[in-house]
Amino acid sequence: MSEINFDEMTSKQMLEYLVAKNMEDARQAKAKGGLVCWSSSIAPCEFCEAMGIYTVYPENHVVGIAARGGAPELLAHAERKGYSNDICGYARVNLAYMDVQKCISEEMPLPDLVLLCNNICETLLKWYENIAHTLNIPLLIVDVPYNHESEVTEENVAYVEAQFKRIIEQLEDITNRPFDYDKFEEVMKIASQNAKDWYDATALCSAVPSPLSGFDMFNYMALIVCMRGKAECGITFRKLKAELEEKAANKICGLKGAEEQHRIMWDGIACWPYLSHTYKVLKNHGVNMVGSTYPSAWALMYTPGDLNGMARAYTSMGNNLSLKGQIDLRESIIRDTKCGGVIMHMNRSCKMCDFLQHEIGEAVTSDMRVPITTFDGDQADPRNYSKAQYETRIEALVEMMNERKREGGGQ
Amino acid sequence: MKRSVNEIIEKLMAVAANPGQAVKEACAKSGKQAVGIVAPYGPEEIAYAAGCLPVGLWGGQVELKRVRAYLPAFACSIMQSVVELAAAGTYDELSAVVIPAPCDTLKCIGQKWKGKCPAIHFTHPMNRKLDCANDYLTFEYQTIRTKLEAILGRKITDEALADAVLFYNHYRAVMREFTLVARDHLATISPTVRHSILKASYFMDKAEYTKDIEDLIYALRRAGPENWNGKRVVLTGITFEPRELLEILEFYHVAVTGDDIAQESRQFRTDAPYHKSPLQSLAAQWQNQQGCSLAFDPFKSRVHDLVDLVRATQADGLVVGLMKFCDPEEYDVPILMEAFEKAGIPLLCIEVDQQTTAFEQIKTRLQGFVEAL
Repeated sequence: MSEINFDEMTSKQMLEYLVAKNMEDARQAKAKGGLVCWSSSIAPCEFCEAMGIYTVYPENHVVGIAARGGAPELLAHAERKGYSNDICGYARVNLAYMDVQKCISEEMPLPDLVLLCNNICETLLKWYENIAHTLNIPLLIVDVPYNHESEVTEENVAYVEAQFKRIIEQLEDITNRPFDYDKFEEVMKIASQNAKDWYDATALCSAVPSPLSGFDMFNYMALIVCMRGKAECGITFRKLKAELEEKAANKICGLKGAEEQHRIMWDGIACWPYLSHTYKVLKNHGVNMVGSTYPSAWALMYTPGDLNGMARAYTSMGNNLSLKGQIDLRESIIRDTKCGGVIMHMNRSCKMCDFLQHEIGEAVTSDMRVPITTFDGDQADPRNYSKAQYETRIEALVEMMNERKREGGGQ
Repeated sequence: MKRSVNEIIEKLMAVAANPGQAVKEACAKSGKQAVGIVAPYGPEEIAYAAGCLPVGLWGGQVELKRVRAYLPAFACSIMQSVVELAAAGTYDELSAVVIPAPCDTLKCIGQKWKGKCPAIHFTHPMNRKLDCANDYLTFEYQTIRTKLEAILGRKITDEALADAVLFYNHYRAVMREFTLVARDHLATISPTVRHSILKASYFMDKAEYTKDIEDLIYALRRAGPENWNGKRVVLTGITFEPRELLEILEFYHVAVTGDDIAQESRQFRTDAPYHKSPLQSLAAQWQNQQGCSLAFDPFKSRVHDLVDLVRATQADGLVVGLMKFCDPEEYDVPILMEAFEKAGIPLLCIEVDQQTTAFEQIKTRLQGFVEAL
């Protein structure tokens, strides 16, 4: 670590170095008898970080496997074990990996405990049940009730906050040490600052042309997922912000080698097995993906030391909102990032991403008159994607956006 | 004069076969308004205390047309048909529907309710063993109560709620007793008869229904135990419909000795315990619910409970009716398969889709399973 000088590195170099280091640190810790936690991607990292538990993220790990084309053999293994191919592809790949512990990407050490927060989906409850049961390890849960009304109720926040106390008790029991409240407060400061730095950097997508392609943002996401509790994460995003500001000042577009002719919002998770294809088809049409729900997903900002505020942040994030909340969120993204079209990923792996698409699409079309297209895909299982369908749908979207431009609307 | 076994069975089977008509008749007879409770769990007691007829909405065999615009094909068939029926106006005569959100599909269905009657949403807490879960769910139930009061234009008193909780505990005890007695009458209480009797509970006034079940228990006991030479299985899953699935079991002379079906025993195996208030009691019932794929449980008590149930009922094996596209159930299957293999108990997993019309493949698989038992 002492040989590394962050000042001389670009944000991209820091991203690659830090994500690899985080996994290597966990592997080394495991080898030396340290504790490793598997965590869902938007769970409160503050607790394990405060107790020096190395945390790795199965969702992010599967992304690495799927993007490198290594998912099919693990998916096949899961299906042989009896997992239906209807189940989330991340879960299937991870549960298979837990069994075989071998993959095309970085190897991830097995956990001594798991932590989940169901603010993104309920499938995590079952997935992590299965990990905890199979490995016979402790499970820590922050259950955030679904906000079925447009307001986040005080009772919801109070319930989430009360669970934090249980997690602290569990961690004291697991580590056989008193909870480190001083470190906890420090991590809260770091995590909250990192969330702000992430949001500030990715918010620069609103510049025209956008200096950041959403596909690059997908890559940076690994850091906010895996290292939200560490200071290096924020350093990277501040550096990214400075780089993007410079590009924006010079009107440099985030699409490499193409001009930004259209700006769109991508609704849903990336289609990781075909990331390159999905990107190139858009780039060939001069379409820059500038809007997505990801910047706000990790904008978990609260006053350090305020557990109630922290609980509110975790239970108020995008996927946990009512239909109205989800529509409002998307409309503000479309407005803020000046999008002229929307691509909805009908992701075979994620019911939560899909089952409100019809209503969200209707509302966005009616309120903002923005053309929308959908395509069938999957976040991890390459069998659920068709290149030809994607290409045709994007062509149609571009035609609609061109038409709208000619009529003087949009963007 | 006491009614005969056949009389009671015929009555309940007619109710289960014609839910819409049964609900209309029950409302006309009692003057009550009907309130829908969308599967799998809702606080029926609140609607009952409001003087309403709680009606279970578990989908059904219906041609899927309207729902195609609202949901992709990979939503579970039970919610596909609930949305189809809602969009077709089938539920418009209900005064309200109560919709839980224990899975991603139900979270979304609640938000996109296509019926005309008002929808009341609530969320079950999943960190169920903590006191704060009781506080949260009590608040959710209080919200249901307040909204229902506003819709109905009348108060739901604490006393009526307490009476409803007590009465429902009695109803649940009677149902558990029925499933015990049914094990000694496997010829009469065949798989289809058993299912219809349990299903009828969703479309009748619970007081009348409970009395019917008490009379049925009496009549069965009076008739004495029956011999059963066929095979015996336990069923698990969300529902075990359509009816043809159960008819296949009967065709191969297989009886159901017990179930862990959400539509059946999971509804009545956990009482509402004594608590400070009736709503807290109802919340505690959810906290105590065990062995259900939809009630978070890192210890997977369902697995041990099912092994115990198969052994206790001297069943020959377990049949998992896996609701197609139901994530919570699908995650449990590999764990169940492994545990049952270790326990040396045969297990067959068949896919359940309410809209299935071709049963030959399932028939062949069940035949193979039964022959191997």
